[in-house]
Amino acid sequence: MEAMSRLLVCPPDFFGIEYEINPWMRRSNAVNSDHAVRQWHHLMRVLEKDVGVVLERMKPVPGLPDLVFTANAGVVMGRKAVPSRFRYAERQKEEAYFEDWFRTHGYDVFTLEEGLVFEGAGDLLGFPDGWFGGYRQRSDIRAFSILSEWFTREILPLELVDSRFYHLDTCLCPLSGGELLYYPAAFDRYGQAAIAERITPERRLAVPEDEAMKFACNAVCVGKQVVLPAGCPHTGQLLEARGYCLHPVPLDEFMKSGGSAKCLTLALD
Amino acid sequence: MHYQETVLIQGHIIDSLILAKVLDTILMMGGTFDFQEVHIGKTREEPSRARIIVRTSSAKLLSEILHAIQPHGASVESERDCRLTAAPADGIFPDEFYATTHLSTQVRLRDQWVEVEGIEMDLGIRVDPMGLTARTIPMGQVKRGDLIVTGREGVRVIPLQRPRDRDVFSFMESQVSAERPHGHIVGDITKRLVQLRAGFREGKIGSKVLLAGGPAIVHAGGREALTWLIDEEFIHVLFCGNALPAHDMEVDLYGTSLGYGHVAGRVVPHGHEHHLRTINRIRAIGSIEAAVRSGVIKTGIMAACVRRGAQVVMAGTIRDDGPLPGVITDSVEAQASMRAAIPGIGLALLVASTLHAVATGNLLPATIPSVCVDVNPAVPTKLADRGSFQAVGLVMDAASFLRELARELGWKP
Repeated sequence: MEAMSRLLVCPPDFFGIEYEINPWMRRSNAVNSDHAVRQWHHLMRVLEKDVGVVLERMKPVPGLPDLVFTANAGVVMGRKAVPSRFRYAERQKEEAYFEDWFRTHGYDVFTLEEGLVFEGAGDLLGFPDGWFGGYRQRSDIRAFSILSEWFTREILPLELVDSRFYHLDTCLCPLSGGELLYYPAAFDRYGQAAIAERITPERRLAVPEDEAMKFACNAVCVGKQVVLPAGCPHTGQLLEARGYCLHPVPLDEFMKSGGSAKCLTLALD
Repeated sequence: MHYQETVLIQGHIIDSLILAKVLDTILMMGGTFDFQEVHIGKTREEPSRARIIVRTSSAKLLSEILHAIQPHGASVESERDCRLTAAPADGIFPDEFYATTHLSTQVRLRDQWVEVEGIEMDLGIRVDPMGLTARTIPMGQVKRGDLIVTGREGVRVIPLQRPRDRDVFSFMESQVSAERPHGHIVGDITKRLVQLRAGFREGKIGSKVLLAGGPAIVHAGGREALTWLIDEEFIHVLFCGNALPAHDMEVDLYGTSLGYGHVAGRVVPHGHEHHLRTINRIRAIGSIEAAVRSGVIKTGIMAACVRRGAQVVMAGTIRDDGPLPGVITDSVEAQASMRAAIPGIGLALLVASTLHAVATGNLLPATIPSVCVDVNPAVPTKLADRGSFQAVGLVMDAASFLRELARELGWKP
């Protein structure tokens, strides 16, 4: 969980809304494929040119519209990779492709027992010394005690109590300077207290509800560069006040599926 | 019945407040918990672990609580069914049979905790052939092929819950001393007797009061008080031997107990024959009940029992004269009759009889409040040492105790 320098991505060739597994997805709300492809390439350009990261591109697979959300491929630290075990059958078909990618790229793959759901970096985020794990919506809390052993890291589980924020990366984003961008109402009072215990008040950046609904927290932070969905001015001010350089990118086609900048990437190193 | 399940929760459960959330959830939903084991990680990386016993008053609530805490990582520990072995012969338990305590016990059958019925110390547990219910069984009653619980796996003993009433019984002071004031103990028994009589009159289960007593009650002058307590429906079951009824009826027929003038306290000429003549008379009539109903016996403890329909179990011993009709001389049979009278008892008074106090103590589950009254401190001590730790010991003369108790309840001698 160091600052991102290499990211796994997957082109949106087969992206679309073919099922409904979160409150954002409506099959009637069809994706404009041209727009989606354009937005995705725009994001990639910003990441490569402006932020300066290296992109690893996975091969898209027909019939797997959500393979584009590589944040859910699994979680990686150093040479260790743990592929996801998806909660819904619709996405379980992606597991083999992600696992195969990790293996062919030389990672030591650790697999969770079958039935123990865990949706990768979508639900596991943090700082170098301690991580947060989102549970109840997509990941089973019991996965975190196993992961914390494999990675020798503290993982504080946080219950996600609002189904609109179904992955931890939709409502919480650790920043390289130790600040935390988050939407407090996505957590119960225990989760909020646990966050407050770890992060001092001046480093807790609370995103307002309207911007949280635009997935302001689904941002990619590399060093002082932050790539976030367009249309989040308050969040932008919070970040700029702490010296971050903003890169807003329009990603509304992906929001139809309940994902944005962070969901479209997986930190590899 | 009492319901419980052990859950295990591990990980970074302290700083994340997950443990606090699980415990709050249990309490808010109306359950209680005990920590069986807690391990707190010594570094930030090291996980913590807690093994928690969740307790509830109903199976439904237990299942609801387990359902509510499971998403937070509290998983029910997998437990095995108890081991069952067929009895090798009539009257013989299989080796390694599980010997009961007098505490509530549950056995796991087909993945369910099942309450053992008829709990009593020093018995075995027999499971029905379908493997659905479990009941205690004395060694002598076991039949070849009966399924008996063996080993300790899949058996759990439920610790005694502190009763809600904050009286002498809630502290279970087995400490026995003649030097301690006893007024508050008698006061607490009085309150219980009043409550239990009200329950008994409403037909509430568990409202019966048992008195197991020796003949010293009659000799020492407690006969009138006990008679009144039975007549007023404070006592519903009497366990005794041959002597208590013999001397009680001797008083009625001859005005003596064991030959001493009951009122004057002097030895009466040929008084030693009186109890034998009493026994002989009752034997001639055929039963104590017939003697009371025909008007031969008019007063006293036995007359009150017959009048009030109190259940009497008379267990004989080898020194008995007669014995009186109705005295059970086969001790195994006597034990079985006493055992059969235990269900429904809500309080036991064990007064002035070592033999009957210990025998009754053996039959009583720990959940039944008990008082052992004897002038000899060794008797309540012996009872506690033999496992009936719930019995409150009271070093006091039997007659003083019964008279004080009856007076507090409104008896006017």
